[in-house]
Amino acid sequence: MESNVTTQAQPSKMEALRQKWALIWKGIIKENPTFVLVLGMCPTLGTTTSATNGFGMGVATMAVLIMSNMAISLIKNVVPDKVRIPAFIVVIASFVTVIDMLMQAYVPSLYAALGVFIPLIVVNCIILGRAEAFASKNGVLDSALDGLGIGLGFTLSLTTIGAVREVLGSGAIFGLSLGIADYMPLVFVLAPGGFLVLGFLMVLFNKFLKK
Amino acid sequence: MEYFAIIIGAIFVNNVVLAQFLGICPFLGVSSKVETSMGMGAAVTFVMALSSIVVWLIQEYILVPLGIEYMQTIVFILVIAALVQMVEIVLKKVSLSLYQALGIFLPLITTNCAVLGVAILMIQKEYGLLEGLAYSTSTALGFALALVIFAGLRERMEFEEVSQAFQGVPIALITASLLAMAFMGFSGLV
Repeated sequence: MESNVTTQAQPSKMEALRQKWALIWKGIIKENPTFVLVLGMCPTLGTTTSATNGFGMGVATMAVLIMSNMAISLIKNVVPDKVRIPAFIVVIASFVTVIDMLMQAYVPSLYAALGVFIPLIVVNCIILGRAEAFASKNGVLDSALDGLGIGLGFTLSLTTIGAVREVLGSGAIFGLSLGIADYMPLVFVLAPGGFLVLGFLMVLFNKFLKK
Repeated sequence: MEYFAIIIGAIFVNNVVLAQFLGICPFLGVSSKVETSMGMGAAVTFVMALSSIVVWLIQEYILVPLGIEYMQTIVFILVIAALVQMVEIVLKKVSLSLYQALGIFLPLITTNCAVLGVAILMIQKEYGLLEGLAYSTSTALGFALALVIFAGLRERMEFEEVSQAFQGVPIALITASLLAMAFMGFSGLV
């Protein structure tokens, strides 16, 4: 994907736009962080007890990812190669702290629901992975778009898993009751349901979307 | 009695992998052989016990007196990374055989979210130093237990025919789901 960005020195405007679009789009299906790359499994399973929680976690991770990608792309020439991983981790941890405090202030109920998984965005391998594989080699705009694409893919996956678990487990979607709560097995909201739903969604993804 | 509740709770009832969803990456990645998963479990136990002591001391004597608890995430991850690095160096000098047994797993531990997760949870639960040590060690033992059981299951599964769409991670997740269901039997124990 890096070659796409760098090989053509002067692409036409249309072509450039198409490439930027492809940069975002690839994160959603072709390099979907959850179903294809299988990264960041802990928050994927731990926070998807409802569609809202999954969506909130996805957006928080996306925000950190975009900001850390941009920051790392800016400092990539200053940081010596030997200490780049610790440096990246400090950058990521700083943004996580910012998001942590913002969420605590503005969405306290979501913050309480996500719990320990907010500070744990630091060790989400998606973020360090994108820093190492993409942001440390590309420009600021491309890195931001890459973060946006991967972040959207992650948010979409988490919201889907959350929605499936919420409907099956508590008979509701985005907190709206469907009036079938009494007939639904609670186990889908609990830990075993998380593994089960993710496993079966991955099978469906392999079968129908991965070409 | 209090310690008993902490230990049983952390190993069985709130198993770190199967109930709290921490440390899933090594759980899915390293657990294809019983032997390697035992090595990983031992390395994690060692690092988690050590890091819980260090992190507790830092929280109590540096972050709280200075009023900078919001630096928790940054400080903890750096401490854990440095600690893992140090353990690797010391182990290499002191006991080569132990290093050879645990060595390959050590770099992987920095990105194991269970280590940072337990450090943060331990502070959140306001445990004392010894309670925290008991909590983190038994959490790590729970991790090792889940890892070894799961590796045993996967070793058996290798000889089974699995349809193509289920191969690899999906069937592992579904197996983990059944294991998590079994562990739910412990709920209400303490």
